Amino acid sequence: MSLDTATVRRVASLARLRVEEQDLPRLETELNGILGWIEQLQAVDTTGVEPMAGGGAESLRMREDQVTDGGQQQAVLANAPDRADAFFAVPKVVE
Amino acid sequence: MTAPTDFTIAGARAALDARRISAVELTRAHLDAVEQLNPRLNAYITITPEVALAQAAAADAAIARGEAGPLSGIPLAIKDLFCTAGIRTTAASRILGDFVPPYESTVTTKLLQDGAVFLGKANLDEFAMGSSNLSSAFGGVENPWKRAGAPETVLVPGGSSGGSAAAVAARLALGATATDTGGSIRQPAAFCGVTGIKPTYGRCSRYGIIAYASSLDQAGPVARTVEDCAILLRSMSGFDPKDSTSANRAVPDFAAAVARGVKGLRIGIPREYRVEGLSPEIDALWQQGMDWLKAEGAELVEISLPHTRHALATYYIVAPAEASSNLARYDGVRFGLREDGKDLKDLYERSRAAGFGAEVKRRILVGTYVLSAGYYDAYYVKAQQVRALIKRDFDQAWEKVDAILTPATPTAAFGRDETQDDPVAMYLNDVFTITANLAGIPGMALPAGLDAQGLPLGLQILGRPFDEETLFAIGGAIERAADFKATPAVRAAA
Repeated sequence: MSLDTATVRRVASLARLRVEEQDLPRLETELNGILGWIEQLQAVDTTGVEPMAGGGAESLRMREDQVTDGGQQQAVLANAPDRADAFFAVPKVVE
Repeated sequence: MTAPTDFTIAGARAALDARRISAVELTRAHLDAVEQLNPRLNAYITITPEVALAQAAAADAAIARGEAGPLSGIPLAIKDLFCTAGIRTTAASRILGDFVPPYESTVTTKLLQDGAVFLGKANLDEFAMGSSNLSSAFGGVENPWKRAGAPETVLVPGGSSGGSAAAVAARLALGATATDTGGSIRQPAAFCGVTGIKPTYGRCSRYGIIAYASSLDQAGPVARTVEDCAILLRSMSGFDPKDSTSANRAVPDFAAAVARGVKGLRIGIPREYRVEGLSPEIDALWQQGMDWLKAEGAELVEISLPHTRHALATYYIVAPAEASSNLARYDGVRFGLREDGKDLKDLYERSRAAGFGAEVKRRILVGTYVLSAGYYDAYYVKAQQVRALIKRDFDQAWEKVDAILTPATPTAAFGRDETQDDPVAMYLNDVFTITANLAGIPGMALPAGLDAQGLPLGLQILGRPFDEETLFAIGGAIERAADFKATPAVRAAA
């Protein structure tokens, strides 16, 4: 499987990463190098193997559905690049 | 008398308790060393002298009251991936260049509860992605070791915890926190001639550690002796309800295992780790390690871990996939760098393009691609299946052996100008360490000798899940046999 320029552009858009047109060929080469190398996994017989999700052997535990934290408005907003009162501010999204 | 910066943690504990030195004196000696050497080594991104001296004064008061904790007055470096309340935490990224966390990570909370002194935040590869520390937005770290006759050649400290390992090696801290996603504790420890352990997945809480690949990330210590790592790991470990993958298990007294010996232990030697490109000197050191353990009464058993050769490719699907998801939070809206745009999507794209470095972008793109519609099964599910086979290899090995001995890295530290432009070639640094993360098992790296150029070489011990004590027993035996006393060319004056 090999990526073309259009695919790299589409993946960058999905990842919300601005990529300049002149950087596309370099990225295409690098990503194809990496993807070509990981292609080797297709040769491994994984018939009937349950995919391993997560890093621990222990199953995730349940907890009571109750509030354990909150009332931290100022702490939550403390690092905001832009804010208006108690809100994060962004460019206008609805005309 | 030992120079304060040359103490082990255990030695400093005894000296502090016997009032042969005060915590303030010990801390000041380290701050002086940092001031002198950090402009060159760049092991710290942020230095916090006022915080450190206040913590040291509090430690002296606790010692005077007879209420000293296990780490009271012990000066540490904290990898700049652990959130520290009120102290800038950057992940070595421009995107978090001004981020001041309003909360403290669980691991650093535990260290503070035990009385530790934090000298500052240690440099790393950006978002812990790298094996050389060259991807830090704050500049690379210089390895304090030098090749014989080549004092001008700057070597890399390894990565991603290169600042932690370099700081400990150069005597700019008695120990350090680090994290390991594919070898980021063990490879820099080996390159810098210090000891590091990545414990079992779930042993240390991940709460407040900036996430890279959540199913692989684990915190652990770097220090100059096996016993010091045991002391730090005990403080860092333990159940945390704030991390859903934290293991609810008792934390043993790891230090008690260091002197246990290896008599009767069965040590596995995996034949697949004799990889192409392995330095002959590292191969010889590996054999030396086997001979030491045999002489101490361990039994060597050849084993097979057949899926090892697919571990790197598996990692470079799983880790970027998780990273692309974890790093989606850096959007220029709630915290971190913002670049204005004409609309919200443009703001996201410009902020992320300006904030992330080249390697981080590469991994986000690979991760986004392997998770995208139409490729998810072919890449991501396939990698999860191979991951299960890698873990199964280890599960089968534990039926025959108690632990596994391997080299830590395929080569000694390489030069800053000798790094490969090819990302795949750079990834090969992690060939011996990466399987432990995929399988979730503990791994320790410790220095065992020098190569012909005078650079440290490390061995690695892998063990059963939650059996770090056996690693400490074997590490202790290798440490006693190797009697590694060499020190780096650049270090705090004795």
